[in-house]
Amino acid sequence: MAGNASSRNEVYFTSDKQRRIYLAKKIISYVLVYGFLTILGLFMIIPFYFMIINSFKDANIYQNELLYNKLNLFDFKSMGLSMNNFKAIFNLKLGGKPVNIGWFFFNTLVVSLLSTIFTLITTVLASFAFARINFKGKDFLFSILLATMMIPGEMMIITNYQTALTWNMANTYSALIFVHGVSVFYIFYLRQTFQQIPNELYLASKVDGYGTFSYLWKVMIPIALPTIISIAILSLMGAWNSYVWPNLIASGTNPYFGNSMKLVSNGLMDMFTNSLTGESNDTAKMAAALLVTVPLFIFFLIFRKKIMSGVSRSGIKG
Amino acid sequence: MENSNILDQTLYVRKRKWYMPEWCKAWIALIPALFFLIIFMIYPILNTICISFIENFTWVGKSGSSFALSNFFAAMNNPRINTMYFNFNNYINVLKDTGFKDALFNTIMLVIVQVPLTILIGLLIAVALNSIKPLKAFFQTVFFLPYVTNTIALGVVFSMMFSSGAGGLINTIAGWFGGNPVSWMNNKWTMFFVLTVYSIWNGLAFKILVFSSGLATIDKQYYDAARIDGSSKFTIFRRITVPLLSPQILYITVTSFIGAFKAYSQIISLVGGGATNFGGSDHKMWITVVGYIYYYQNDKIGQASAAAVILLLIILLITGVQMLVSKKRVHY
Repeated sequence: MAGNASSRNEVYFTSDKQRRIYLAKKIISYVLVYGFLTILGLFMIIPFYFMIINSFKDANIYQNELLYNKLNLFDFKSMGLSMNNFKAIFNLKLGGKPVNIGWFFFNTLVVSLLSTIFTLITTVLASFAFARINFKGKDFLFSILLATMMIPGEMMIITNYQTALTWNMANTYSALIFVHGVSVFYIFYLRQTFQQIPNELYLASKVDGYGTFSYLWKVMIPIALPTIISIAILSLMGAWNSYVWPNLIASGTNPYFGNSMKLVSNGLMDMFTNSLTGESNDTAKMAAALLVTVPLFIFFLIFRKKIMSGVSRSGIKG
Repeated sequence: MENSNILDQTLYVRKRKWYMPEWCKAWIALIPALFFLIIFMIYPILNTICISFIENFTWVGKSGSSFALSNFFAAMNNPRINTMYFNFNNYINVLKDTGFKDALFNTIMLVIVQVPLTILIGLLIAVALNSIKPLKAFFQTVFFLPYVTNTIALGVVFSMMFSSGAGGLINTIAGWFGGNPVSWMNNKWTMFFVLTVYSIWNGLAFKILVFSSGLATIDKQYYDAARIDGSSKFTIFRRITVPLLSPQILYITVTSFIGAFKAYSQIISLVGGGATNFGGSDHKMWITVVGYIYYYQNDKIGQASAAAVILLLIILLITGVQMLVSKKRVHY
């Protein structure tokens, strides 16, 4: 294939006219392709640009723009740029009490890190059992788990909510970490990777005196590390984005520490609903949205390649 | 002789009397995951199915468990709250409820417009990305950005882009082309447009990525052969790219159908106003099936459970049909 690839670029023409037609076609197709990508790329980026400039814009100026049909997107001098919107968010009060947005971030960080660790431990162990150990009823058990992947999470939430209430898990970190921490999809995904590791390695490690679990720790986990990292990334991002379950079970204050248990998603939604209402708060809303978006963005920029390959791999295998 | 003796001895010392049987190890490895899966997944599924068959189901305060049947029997023994019955009435009520019909209609509208559009656009972008060299990584990153954002946060941004004022972003852009300002979020069908745009924006990234990685595995030989035959770009796309990408297309179709059928947080984030506001004066303009479940899960638990079971059946049906079709059309 390598040989073919190099000869692909050499094109032979029988006449000058043919060559010109070929070049014209090539240029037109380039223009079309790049034009298409640029337009859709703008569609992807415009919301971010809109969010960023307006979160620094003066609230009154933005209101005037809305009313008098003069949306200002590029003239930075007349925007009244300042950090006031962000200050407003950090000084936000609801019913006389300060809304501490810092807790939202702290909670999200704690929950996403701990639930990722929890997910990884359970996923690695379970997929190892399914991939490498032989036991009675393995296929049966696995097919039951696979079948549950089709079942929408909404079915579980009704009962889980009540279970969490009866076990006094409302507004605790454990409700956010454990209840939806084990994912059949990740078990399935990691099992696929584990199964690709040749069995000879297992036998060789047994000869070397490794036990089953030290084989998992010393051989399989290092080999399957890319998949494990993608699972960690997917799980982290999932925790950052989850809304429904946190909103149900953790919208109050923690019974032990008395702090707000809201995560960024439901905390943000609450701010939009209760304290940042009305069009006069539009710029503050966008500042809040920006605050929530930035940490994940930084995370993405650092781990860009890992995240993209991880997500695409989970897609192919899934 | 000396050496082999030592070796024998060490072997003897290392030899344990009892080895843990394989099945025991397997269960040790499985227990952490299974414990949580059974409590928070398997049991809730069965329990919710159970609830869906109990009319007037409520949690009996002091029964002390989330177990549906124990609630049922506690209610049976308590003459004051003895109004629960084991029957199909929840399903009948849900199917009769105009609210559920609206929810189903809305969801189906969202699904049939969104899914094909997103897949088509995603496929075109992936093919375009695959055909270029300069700026490829840049464009890939740009198209991936929506994946790493918070749905709620960007939903709010979108609702402001579609602000009803004449100076709203979309109204301004429409104004450049001579359009009149529209108050997007008041009318059902303009709101449908906004929802569709946001859902496409929100969902493209994953699809493009999956298609791109599928395209990267297609053998270039096929394209060379087609070019020698003088096939047009469209023919190449239809006859080579699509068939060879069919596993990815199937996967994306199944997942996006299921995802679109579970539309919920995009809508509440665009509309604002809390977890049960779906727009319009009655807050139900764009209620979806999942929205319906959350709308009733506090006071009409039986109906919410029945709706959840119906959602499950719909998803099973869609997936089943797609699997059947795929047997004929997908090339592995």
